[in-house]
Amino acid sequence: MTDILKIENLEVVYNDVVLVLKGLSLSCAEGEITALLGANGAGKSTTLKAVSGLLQAEDGEVTAGSVLYKGEPVQGVIPERIVRRGVFQVMEGRRIFEDLTVEENLRCGAFTRPRSEAARSMERVYEYFPRLRERRRQLAGYLSGGEQQMCAIGRAIMARPDLLLLDEPSLGLAPLLVEEIFEIIQRFNRDEGVTVLLVEQNARAALSVATSGYIMENGRVVMEGTARELLNNPDVQEFYLGMGHGGDKKSYRDVKHYRRRKRWLG
Amino acid sequence: MEYYLQLIVNGLVVGGIYSLVALGFVVIYKATKVVNFAQGELVMAGAYVCFALTVQFNIPFLWAFLVTLAFSVLLGLGIERMVLRPLIGEEHISVIMVTVGMSSVLKSLVQLFWGTQIKVYPQVLPTEPVVVAGLPVAPVYIAAFVLSAALFAIFSLFFKYSRTGVAMRATAFDQQAAQSMGIGIKNIFAMSWCIACVVSAVGGVILGNINGINAHLGHLGLKVFPAVILGGLDSLLGAALGGLIIGVLENVCDGAARQLLGLGGVREVAAFIILVVILMIKPYGLFGTREIERV
Ligand SMILES: Nc1ncnc2c1ncn2[C@@H]1O[C@H](COP(=O)(O)OP(=O)(O)O)[C@@H](O)[C@H]1O
Ligand SMILES: [Mg+2]
Repeated sequence: MTDILKIENLEVVYNDVVLVLKGLSLSCAEGEITALLGANGAGKSTTLKAVSGLLQAEDGEVTAGSVLYKGEPVQGVIPERIVRRGVFQVMEGRRIFEDLTVEENLRCGAFTRPRSEAARSMERVYEYFPRLRERRRQLAGYLSGGEQQMCAIGRAIMARPDLLLLDEPSLGLAPLLVEEIFEIIQRFNRDEGVTVLLVEQNARAALSVATSGYIMENGRVVMEGTARELLNNPDVQEFYLGMGHGGDKKSYRDVKHYRRRKRWLG
Repeated sequence: MEYYLQLIVNGLVVGGIYSLVALGFVVIYKATKVVNFAQGELVMAGAYVCFALTVQFNIPFLWAFLVTLAFSVLLGLGIERMVLRPLIGEEHISVIMVTVGMSSVLKSLVQLFWGTQIKVYPQVLPTEPVVVAGLPVAPVYIAAFVLSAALFAIFSLFFKYSRTGVAMRATAFDQQAAQSMGIGIKNIFAMSWCIACVVSAVGGVILGNINGINAHLGHLGLKVFPAVILGGLDSLLGAALGGLIIGVLENVCDGAARQLLGLGGVREVAAFIILVVILMIKPYGLFGTREIERV
């Protein structure tokens, strides 16, 4: 199996001083869903932006290492070109164009695609998300949080990417909605063969759809494996999935664990 | 009564020109968040170029007008590329000061080439007034109003239905998110300056046909502030209505002051008095966006 994305020893610095990624390596197998897990501030979003080129807009810079997409480096390429090469990032916090209608938002997703394709792509989005069809003429700012996430993923579907970068799609959503959204991500991956790099704090949901995963802390990958391996790993279970290992007496250590677990369970 | 009707008609025509210039201002503000103090000088540049082509180079008016539009597109590209792009990421106040500087440069260039005397366009339309709803109106006024309205209609459709227009609105809302869709925001910025230059030049040519032009034409840019603040800084419809309302109100106030109080010159300040009053009542303007709040 080939890797569509290969990141090696990546270092990223913000504002010329803050070192955020400290030699991160990971790869995404073509056609699979890869999960990238980690606590707040670990550098997950930064990793995605290094791939999509959006780092440039934030005064972030790759100072070492490489990002290879389909075997070619993306460093220094402007975001617009990277999208045209087939990489699409759904940014954290949905970033909907609130004073555009749902349909206009979707059309923006297809900005780099031939016009002839738009109607068919739009129809596909509405098949995945029937709720968006009902609301297609409404201003996107008035959608609920879940619908906005659907709209954000809808824009990605319009772009027909080869590599989809999803940044915390479950953020701030009710459990039922999280399930629905993850099901659709999985369907999109299977139907279209699109490769997905899925950034999440909700480790359980992410690993339930991913084939493999990475766990990062403080700008580095600290653990990697297949989704099953990660789900069965005692440390992962304890820290990231919130399953206690019985028998221990309550201690300060537990309290600390609890704090770490809490972050994961949101 | 007819006196006032006449004032209103004249006000609508001048207001139509304010609306065009305000449209240019709003497009730039929306897309790039740049407050352009050189908007009036863009009007002046277009007006003088068209004047030079028709009078000094004897090109038929229609052709001269089209060449002026092409020149405006180039002017927009040039300004964006050479003046504003190097400033991306700088403080707002620096960018504003640069537009102020640009307005002086444009004004000086015009004075250098054409002096400060008033210049008159050749007669393009017949002078014989036509009667509209019982009032005699000069054909050039009707043409001016129709042209402003048509441009507004074209740009409304552009922003609603064209891919580039929708992308411009998206960029105005969230630049980084627009970039993540593959929208080239530098192209979008250049596009907004082109639009601003083109609509301003059209305004300038219309004014030239009505009043003639002189080196103080740029002061018109100041009238745009009451218009856009009345309409809401980021609303196209607001720019249209704001321009019309300011045009009519200043004309009527001026006429009333002349007739009732024997005062001249109220026209110059009326717009700004109206502005202050409106800001006290509706600080976001009539159509300005407040943040959408979801519950
Ligand atoms: N634009 C930025 N400028 C400076 N520091 C940033 C910027 N974006 C993120 N950071 C810092 O980089 C670190 C990693 O952030 P991020 O990649 O957003 O982490 P995550 O997505 O895992 O929560 C954080 O400490 C954050 O404060
Ligand atoms: Mg993040």
